[in-house]
Amino acid sequence: MFTFTLRRLMIAIPTLLIISLVIFLLLEAAPGDPLGDVPLTVPPEVKAKMREALGLNSPWWVRYILWLKQFFWVEPVHLWDALFGTHFGDGMQRVISFQSRQPVMQIIAERMPQTLMVVGLAYVVGVLIALPIGIISAYRQYSWFDNIGTFVSMIGFSVPTFFTGVVLIIVFAVKLQWFPSVYDTTLKVTDAASFWAQVRQMVMPVTVLALYNAAQISRFMRASMLDNLGQDYVRTARAKGLTEKVVVLIHVLRNSLIPVVTVIALGVPTIFGGAIITEQVFKVNGLGQQLILSIHANDMPMVMTLTFIFAILIVLFNLVADLLYGILDPRIRYD
Amino acid sequence: MFDTAGVKPLIEVKGLKMYFPITAGVFRSHVGDVKAVDDVSFTIFEGETLGLVGESGCGKSTCGRAILRLYEPTAGSVVIDGQDVLGADQGLLRRMRPKMQMVFQDPQASLNPRMTVAAIIGEPLDEHTTLSKAEKLARIYELMDQVGLNRDFANRYPHEFSGGQRQRIGIARALALNPKFIVCDEPIAALDVSIQAQVVNLLEELQDRLGLTYLFISHDLSMVRHIADRVAVMYLGQIIELSPRDAIYAEPLHPYTQALLSAVPEPDPEAEKTRRRIILTGDVPSPANPPKGCNFCTRCPKVMDICRVEEPRLTEIRPGRFVSCHLYDETAGATAAPGATPSNNNTAIQQGE
Repeated sequence: MFTFTLRRLMIAIPTLLIISLVIFLLLEAAPGDPLGDVPLTVPPEVKAKMREALGLNSPWWVRYILWLKQFFWVEPVHLWDALFGTHFGDGMQRVISFQSRQPVMQIIAERMPQTLMVVGLAYVVGVLIALPIGIISAYRQYSWFDNIGTFVSMIGFSVPTFFTGVVLIIVFAVKLQWFPSVYDTTLKVTDAASFWAQVRQMVMPVTVLALYNAAQISRFMRASMLDNLGQDYVRTARAKGLTEKVVVLIHVLRNSLIPVVTVIALGVPTIFGGAIITEQVFKVNGLGQQLILSIHANDMPMVMTLTFIFAILIVLFNLVADLLYGILDPRIRYD
Repeated sequence: MFDTAGVKPLIEVKGLKMYFPITAGVFRSHVGDVKAVDDVSFTIFEGETLGLVGESGCGKSTCGRAILRLYEPTAGSVVIDGQDVLGADQGLLRRMRPKMQMVFQDPQASLNPRMTVAAIIGEPLDEHTTLSKAEKLARIYELMDQVGLNRDFANRYPHEFSGGQRQRIGIARALALNPKFIVCDEPIAALDVSIQAQVVNLLEELQDRLGLTYLFISHDLSMVRHIADRVAVMYLGQIIELSPRDAIYAEPLHPYTQALLSAVPEPDPEAEKTRRRIILTGDVPSPANPPKGCNFCTRCPKVMDICRVEEPRLTEIRPGRFVSCHLYDETAGATAAPGATPSNNNTAIQQGE
């Protein structure tokens, strides 16, 4: 298992380098000018100097290698400095956002908590409601519970989040006025009242995303359970005289969870990516919203870094899913 | 031959029916039934092996599963050791499970792939006994010894074994709670011939040692001849002949049994030359739509007019020999048309839905 993990991590290095190059070239090929928003009143020679200052005049491969150096060397050194109070990184050029002239990593660190709180919680809630729904739906296939579950997941699947989000805002924020329609990031949880306010503003975005996640995972869970419920070893378990609880929750569920766990693990990187649309609808200033803003402003270092972090997470959680598979299924051994 | 006198019946099956509903249309309305087991009655005596034979799809396995209530039978009664199986509620049924066990056909699929051998064999002990951990382990080792599995294999998973070894795991699992009655549902069908003999010998040995009663389901007639004391022949969901082993192999009474036994190859090449096979024409009719009268009337080489009208009953025509055929009716026996040909005009009710 350990050598397998090590080997996979080593394979991940060239994979990620190629991904970074592809992202860089795609951004390079995309139309748009980072200085497009500079007012026309700014004289051309000043504009040229700005271009020079942003390093846009050097060829793409120089900028690519510079970015690699900044991302893989300078940023970790700065992280080290921030954690241990050292000063190794002083004077080194960090990845700087064109738009805000702030280090990109600083912006990401600022926005990460909102995204993790809202999208992460929605994912957890989604998984927690999806698993029991999937299990009961499969165990009582074609019952009224199963039919309702199928209908709800169909809605969750087919209705986009920008629609459910707006519907929830109209019903619960505008008409009933139960929840605020805008997520206030500046809110600090200090006492019961502010905690309650935080809960209230999280309810709607979490609901929208949880419905979407639960719809998918409950279908996987149901299909996997149905697959295993018909297996011969389930009949053996019943013939042993085990209770239905043991048959379903130990024999069937444990075998059914394997593919579902993979799906859940592979879904985790999307949490960090943020739910771009939902964050936009509820004005949660998380990572997804930042990505949209940066794309609008042709903020190449920001888009490049964010996209690349998503790529790392996806590669990483692929590995996690594979390792989980090996732990859950004794027939799979990596060595 | 097995002597039934003075031995009490352990299993009594009466009028067992297992119908699987066929539904069709938007509203899933009930349009018919697949009569997998249709009114089957027999008894098995303590310490006896009853062989249940028949071709594929005749309802042998369904019958075995319905007796243990792994299916919910449509009608009938099953009494095992004085206790009604079909009338028991789920809680009582679970407490009865230790007494009646099953060895399944497919040793690969019937074992949970994610459990070790020790966990598979030991699980019934967790559920039905209050043994301590050490006692359980001792019992697991004892069972593994009994079926000839190396104790070192206790922490391995089913996929790491050969087919024969897996079937031994299945047998050890069935034995864990000291059952009285074991349904062996084609336990050797998935094994190759050399392993078949090993497993059958193991089953016989365990029967002698532990006083087990078997319902041995198989389509291998020579294997049934080896292990069974009495043999029941099924055709299309019904038992058509039930006789002591030696009698049925020496002189099969029902035309279907005659045809079935004539298909067993003869190991002696001289005898094989003179062996006359009775070749049946046509296919087995669909159990969803069995023919009127006798189920076998569409293929029977000795069919009579009465066979297409009236259903024969399983009756004891000689001591211990039960046959369900109009040929042996006291009234109809004489009117058997000599050389009657099987009718081939029943294509509408052939199998194949």
